[in-house]
Amino acid sequence: MQHDHEPAMPAAGAAPVLEARGLQKRFGAVVAAADIDVAVPAGARLSLIGANGAGKTTFVNMVTGYLKPDAGRIVLAGRDITALGPRRITRLGVCRSFQIPQLCEPMSPLDNLLVAVGAGRGGVAAPGGLQGLARFFQPARSGPAVAAAEEMLARFDLGAYADQPVNELPGGVRKLIDIAMALVRRPRVLLLDEPTSGVSTDEKFPLMDRVMAALDREEVAVLFVEHDMDIVTRYSDRVLAFYAGEIIADDRPDEVLSDPAVQKYVTGTAAAAPAPAAAVAGEPDGEGADAESR
Amino acid sequence: MRRAALMALLSALVAAVLLLGIGLVLPAWLLFTMTKAAAYGLVALGIVTLMRGGLVSFGQGLIYCLGAYASGLLASRTGITDIFVLLGIGALAGILAAGIVAPLIARYRGIFFAMLTLALSMVLYGVLAKLTFIGGSDGFNVPEPTYLGHAPDLAQADYALYAVAVLLSVIAAALSRLHFDSMAGLIALAVRENELRVEYLGASVFQVTVRNFVIAGALGGLGGTLNGFALGHIDPFFSYWTTSGEFVFIAILAGHASVGAVFLAALATELVRSFANQYFPESWQLFLGAFLLLVMLFLPNGIGSLWARLGRRRRAPAEGGGE
Amino acid sequence: MSLVLTIVVDGLIYASWLFIVALGLTLIFGVMRILNLAHGGLYAVGAYAAATFVPFFAGLGLPSGFSLLAMLLSALAVAVVVAPILERGLLRLFYGREEVTILLVTYAIFLMLEDVTKLIWGVQPFYVFQPRQLFGNVEIGSLFYVGYDLLLIALAVICGVGVWLGLNRTRIGKVVVAVIHNPEVSAGMGVNIARVYMLAFGVGIFLAALGGAFTSPLISVQPGVSVSVIVVSFAVVIIGGLGSIPGAAIGAVIVGLARSFAVYELPEAEIFIIYMVMVLVLIFRPEGLFQRVQARKI
Repeated sequence: MQHDHEPAMPAAGAAPVLEARGLQKRFGAVVAAADIDVAVPAGARLSLIGANGAGKTTFVNMVTGYLKPDAGRIVLAGRDITALGPRRITRLGVCRSFQIPQLCEPMSPLDNLLVAVGAGRGGVAAPGGLQGLARFFQPARSGPAVAAAEEMLARFDLGAYADQPVNELPGGVRKLIDIAMALVRRPRVLLLDEPTSGVSTDEKFPLMDRVMAALDREEVAVLFVEHDMDIVTRYSDRVLAFYAGEIIADDRPDEVLSDPAVQKYVTGTAAAAPAPAAAVAGEPDGEGADAESR
Repeated sequence: MRRAALMALLSALVAAVLLLGIGLVLPAWLLFTMTKAAAYGLVALGIVTLMRGGLVSFGQGLIYCLGAYASGLLASRTGITDIFVLLGIGALAGILAAGIVAPLIARYRGIFFAMLTLALSMVLYGVLAKLTFIGGSDGFNVPEPTYLGHAPDLAQADYALYAVAVLLSVIAAALSRLHFDSMAGLIALAVRENELRVEYLGASVFQVTVRNFVIAGALGGLGGTLNGFALGHIDPFFSYWTTSGEFVFIAILAGHASVGAVFLAALATELVRSFANQYFPESWQLFLGAFLLLVMLFLPNGIGSLWARLGRRRRAPAEGGGE
Repeated sequence: MSLVLTIVVDGLIYASWLFIVALGLTLIFGVMRILNLAHGGLYAVGAYAAATFVPFFAGLGLPSGFSLLAMLLSALAVAVVVAPILERGLLRLFYGREEVTILLVTYAIFLMLEDVTKLIWGVQPFYVFQPRQLFGNVEIGSLFYVGYDLLLIALAVICGVGVWLGLNRTRIGKVVVAVIHNPEVSAGMGVNIARVYMLAFGVGIFLAALGGAFTSPLISVQPGVSVSVIVVSFAVVIIGGLGSIPGAAIGAVIVGLARSFAVYELPEAEIFIIYMVMVLVLIFRPEGLFQRVQARKI
């Protein structure tokens, strides 16, 4: 079933929800980010591709606040967030999911989502006064928090699993819960780290279909890091290709994937195989295989 | 929403009434034992609070001892003997100590956290043992407490303190239960399971840990005060690591699922200790140790988990597939 | 000047028996990731065993030099009898669980050992006096030291060098080191992890008992001996770095000298100075002076 996604597009000329301007980052001699410029409109479906070590993770870490760029600015909905701490940035609306699902294992999906909701309400630094005190005594499984969690579970079609411990659930379901935990926060920007990694080939599309269906009801800009070019082509409307800390392509999927530089440095569909020196670190894993299997 | 609070208060009320009623007919030694159990239970409840956040404190003796010393010194030096004032001072001392210590150690985990708390409690032990003006390693005696101006005679003194212990425990248990079931409590559990995710969701694990430690501080200070006056004597041994070990033992035995289990575990331990001390004075640690091993083998989540398991089995059939 | 010498010599003597005990503790942690709260209990058992064997040998009419052999045999007996029971019988049931869980298991073992020793040997104190005068008195500076006490220093050095040689110069030692660094990969290469654990635990227990046995002439062997040993040896191991042998040595020397200094100059600080150092190390350099294990710090 081809997913026909129509993300809510902002009016032409509207300010981007997330902007990175001139980001620089070095780790000693390694250039992890070299003059990164990205403008992400609201509702975008943006994928980040590139070999390991190309700078995608560094970019993600800078956007989420866990790394501070050496130079440059990050602007979220017009607000400069470059110097803010990661938790603050999360609460301002940047959430992420993880390549290996990060869940609270013996708890149920519902509880996991409740935690996601509760962690956001001013975090644990509760509002002052009597209302703040109530947070420490009001039952967790009550009120708007539960409604939000249950709604999100339903959106991902996970209602059947609501009360089972998460560590008993299949891998694809755990992936969905991981993403749901980020989405239940109604973020402005959602970062999905390799949403289909570790998922079997025949499950990848159904999984992404479900994710996209859930996302379409939000006005959220989605950036996903992916190595699977099929996913990239099918679900994103724009692709950023990273190499050696730079963005070497920023365009629609078909344009980017036919770009010779991208083919050489990212998808490996060019003639030569990567040099042996690169074989130990940073060799693209599986990209060559993915591209060939198309 | 209100229902949970009502349930907690109701159970607290029922428990209080029952215990206070039974107390009228119990022999003095049992009242004494139960008072001590309540004190231990309070401290252990603090450890359980920390355990729910993933940390085991092997040094609650520090707080317990400071609470006892603060209230004990106040009573013996200034003549203030009202039990409620003393308990307040003890709790305050515990909160202050925890507030100072927690930020320093809240970033540690696992055995390093355990060892750090142990070391700190031993530092206090060492310091107090040498401060001869407050009794040194012998400690000091404390006067009988008074109750809102009323000084009970010898026959009633045990019951009076027992009653206070019951009220304190019941209130602490109810508040803890509500706290554990609250959003803050759920997040603490999440911290125990996956700190990384909680941070990435925007909550501060550090703040959760400090808060748990301060709660444990209040409980420890209360327990120390209560026991200090139950025993009538306070000494640096309150801060020795083996004392802390006993609190940990009770917490492990109880598990973190049920607050009632904490006080039951404390009572069970105290009763075993009393009986064993009488009949097997040289073997009660053997029993305790073996018991702890068995619990950790077969009930790794403590006896409270038995109740939780019953609760789940009761609830499960009521819910069908939730599509 | 002679005061400095006194402090140093006393400190080194104290450091020696500390090192022997801490060596076992750090070895067990390094290999098995277990912080053995029962270590002090095994120290006590070693002391009690010596209290049994030494008079026994003396009663056989053997020359008093044999008391040293008796002490060695006591430690061996403890290691051979007790270590397998504890490791195979109890600890093994909890492998794979969190570190703190095993810490509590060793705490339970500690509790049980306390009473087992009381059941076997009673509560009366024992005095193992036979070896004490074996080496007469030695004059250092202007003070006389009991020769036996200085023997402890030699024993500590022997133990340290022995373990170091065992780990670095023997084949089995290299296997143990591999397990220290990565048990999973080692198992994948065919190493019998269970046997390595048993060996490491056995050697660690032997060292604890050895410390107890050879220190027995210096103390009165009675219930409670184990309790204080535990925390002090912990302090040594934390200061030096969990799993590090040179760390245990340096830590022992630091603690020994600190305590010796306190005894002579600052008696009020004697008890808590060690824990103070431990707290400071844990706060500023939790992995200890010789980094081996990364402290779990967020």
